[in-house]
Amino acid sequence: MSDFIQSLDPRIVRLQVREDQPFEPKEAGDQWETYEVFHQAKTGARLIHVGSLHAPSPDLALVFAKEQYGRRSTTTDMWVVRTADIFTLHRQDIDIFETAQEKLHREPQGYMEVRKYIEEFKKRQQQEGTSDGSEAGSH
Amino acid sequence: MDPKQEAIKELLIKMADDQLIIGHRHSEWIGLGPILEEDIALASIAQDKVGQSYTLFQLLHDQFGTADPDTMGFLRAENEYRCCHLVEYPNGEYDFSLIRHFLFDHAEYHRFDMLQGSTFEPIRGIARKFKSEIKYHILHADVWVRRLGTGTEESHQRMQAALETAFPLALGIFEPSPYEQVLIEENIFPGEDALRQRWLETIQPILEEASLQMPDPSSVEPAYGGRRGYHTEHLAPLLEEMSWTLRYDPEAERW
Repeated sequence: MSDFIQSLDPRIVRLQVREDQPFEPKEAGDQWETYEVFHQAKTGARLIHVGSLHAPSPDLALVFAKEQYGRRSTTTDMWVVRTADIFTLHRQDIDIFETAQEKLHREPQGYMEVRKYIEEFKKRQQQEGTSDGSEAGSH
Repeated sequence: MDPKQEAIKELLIKMADDQLIIGHRHSEWIGLGPILEEDIALASIAQDKVGQSYTLFQLLHDQFGTADPDTMGFLRAENEYRCCHLVEYPNGEYDFSLIRHFLFDHAEYHRFDMLQGSTFEPIRGIARKFKSEIKYHILHADVWVRRLGTGTEESHQRMQAALETAFPLALGIFEPSPYEQVLIEENIFPGEDALRQRWLETIQPILEEASLQMPDPSSVEPAYGGRRGYHTEHLAPLLEEMSWTLRYDPEAERW
């Protein structure tokens, strides 16, 4: 005969759990399915993936998401999606994102450079324009 | 104090007491809930309840000069509390806690909805804010009641049994106050009878969807007494536990 588990937590003491009480381990995979949670911080903003949670149904997933991912910041909307409904590539195929040759021309930095050249050109033109104008005025 | 003031004060105290005690009961599940996600959800609801009771005690203090919220919440004598028996009961199993939460929050939602149009101005804005929190509490309770009511045979039987235990206690929410007439005539609050009616109309269809049989309210003896300070044997030990830290050093400036 063993004693009850003693705890500073009165709730545990009330449960009167024996020290040597046997317990049945849970079966592997004995869990609800997972949902991915998307959070919107202000109206019109895009919804951003913030994490996942366990839930037995989409409506409970939303109920849980609201507190688990919405309580620490302003929230204007939330989505949940069953993890199983998200399609992605096999890990072994992830190398399709690697490219054989450098394809700098397809990356947006190239266009950013163009914008810079245009701005510089405009500035130069403006400067030349002003100096032209002052010369004209002196005549 | 004139009867109108007394009536408002009485109304606010019982509301604050209900929120405080049910909030504390819910908080007893923290760390013991069936699954992490549910633990967080119910803990947040508990926190909302205690927060709402604080707001009401603060309002009482500002408007009627009652003691500060901590003193009101933790240091009154047991028979000065005006909570209904429903909120005092121990948590029991999760089925009872959920059904209590369901029955209580639907009543609260309607109560604050009615108070939004009160002639007692200071409660209006508070009622509006509380309603949005309680809307989430209702959402949480409804989803669970529907799911477990129509789940397995065991979950259905447990929910039905819990409903039968909790229903007479829940009718005690609507124990008439000695000031019902004043509250109604002064358009402060439409009264417990009107509230009970709206509550029954709301919960009945949800319970039906959940395949749960609501007991016939006319054949059930409501658990009255709480509103007059007569409590179950569960309240005193609960207050003792709640206030233990505060009583340990009432002069402490911070914890």
